[in-house]
Amino acid sequence: MEEVISKNATNYKELLRNYMESQDEQALYGVEKVSKAFIKNNILPEEIVNLHIQAMAEVCNDLTEDYKNSMNFLLEAMIFYGLAMQEIPLLREEKHILQSEISVAASMQKTLLGTNKPEINGMDIGVISVPAHQMNGDYHHFVKGKDGSLGIAIADVIGKGIPAALCMSMIKYSMDSYPEESMSPKSILKNLNRVVERNVDPSMFITMCYAHYQPQESKLSFSSAGHEPGYYYNAETDTFKEFETRGLVLGVSPDTEYKEYEMTINKDDMVILLTDGVTECRDGDRFIESQEVLDIIKKYSDLPAQEMVENVYKHFERLQDFQLRDDFTLMVLRKNS
Amino acid sequence: MEPQSCVNIHKEWDIVGARQLGREMAKRLGFGTVDQARIATAVSELARNIYLYAEKGQICFEFIDNIEHRGLCMTAVDTGPGISDISQAMQDGYTTSGGLGAGLPGVRRLMDEFDIHSEIGNGTRIKAIKWVR
Ligand SMILES: Nc1ncnc2c1ncn2[C@@H]1O[C@H](COP(=O)(O)OP(=O)(O)OP(=O)(O)O)[C@@H](O)[C@H]1O
Ligand SMILES: [Mg+2]
Repeated sequence: MEEVISKNATNYKELLRNYMESQDEQALYGVEKVSKAFIKNNILPEEIVNLHIQAMAEVCNDLTEDYKNSMNFLLEAMIFYGLAMQEIPLLREEKHILQSEISVAASMQKTLLGTNKPEINGMDIGVISVPAHQMNGDYHHFVKGKDGSLGIAIADVIGKGIPAALCMSMIKYSMDSYPEESMSPKSILKNLNRVVERNVDPSMFITMCYAHYQPQESKLSFSSAGHEPGYYYNAETDTFKEFETRGLVLGVSPDTEYKEYEMTINKDDMVILLTDGVTECRDGDRFIESQEVLDIIKKYSDLPAQEMVENVYKHFERLQDFQLRDDFTLMVLRKNS
Repeated sequence: MEPQSCVNIHKEWDIVGARQLGREMAKRLGFGTVDQARIATAVSELARNIYLYAEKGQICFEFIDNIEHRGLCMTAVDTGPGISDISQAMQDGYTTSGGLGAGLPGVRRLMDEFDIHSEIGNGTRIKAIKWVR
């Protein structure tokens, strides 16, 4: 530090002398370079003021006492700027540590909550889930039963980031402990509701839709706990229909019962499940209409289910200038035989 | 080694007196203008903490002058409530001024050596040294 000062001090003094004589722009360009060197070496403002005081004493020999006193006053005023400046690299380093901790947590979350998209005869499945930040507050899960049936969960924690992600791990482990095939969507939600009610902070809510598909009968049964309604696409009439699901979000009241709905799926029909990160996409300040989501899904509906969801995501990612505001999860199930 | 001189801190005005004494002693030891200003600022921070949190206390200055070093040692002692979590108080950004580099972490930066002892209910003792370069 001393070295940098003394090396540039001579330089500063010469530039100052030039400037005092001619008010030359070249001297100002010169001091710009000196100042860059100072910043790079963390030279503090009070040291620069001091350098200036000394340079002036050499350059001019008729300095007034008033001027000298005022410069000492300025030097004193710079001390706190120097202190604040010294904090910057530390804060930067701290931020870096936090960031890398979060990214470890995020990859751990991926492992903990990971689910494999199962192969189900006659069913083409596509799913995409992208967090707005590093940690994902959305969750989806597939359970393939020994009887060939498929359980599908999609959930969203109200809230984002790390607390939401921690909360999801709990949901996942409770679900893992259920005897898979034997349970219906409504009893799974009823159970989870109790777990959430007992274990999660009252300010945190979870919405979930649980669906169960039985390929032999082409029957889909599902229940919802306040979750963003999904859609059913009827291939024969070429129309979408919103699921009319009713149910309280998880964790509000301990004895909530959930209603179960049932429907038959025909060839080329689609079931679309999503979270509000999809339906609450924003185009500038405007929230998109749910019809827009359906239009885009329709646009890509000739593609295999996985390509379909990926293209829909890309569309909305672009629409939002590549900055998701909420976690985005979209799932499409299409019966193909 | 010269006899030490102390300033009692009781009123806000005493902070100014402590600064002045600190600066004078720094000058006598041959510290440059920048270091004088830094020492005065460190005195200010310690004296203000006594005034704000302990109500009563003392700041003492002492020359250190031996073959190895020359420097100024200041000790701020009070019999106030003490600091319950020193690590937290020493953290950047914890101060009420909110991460502008001031407070105890600032004193540590302004000085070359810093040591703090505090006991709940018994008071706080902070020692800080600046060496003449
Ligand atoms: N002498 C003291 N006795 C008791 N508590 C103290 C003393 N000095 C500091 N503290 C405690 O330690 C905390 C941190 O002190 P510090 O001087 O770093 O910041 P601050 O006084 O809160 O804000 P500022 O940046 O304005 O100084 C204080 O808020 C106070 O609670
Ligand atoms: Mg303070």
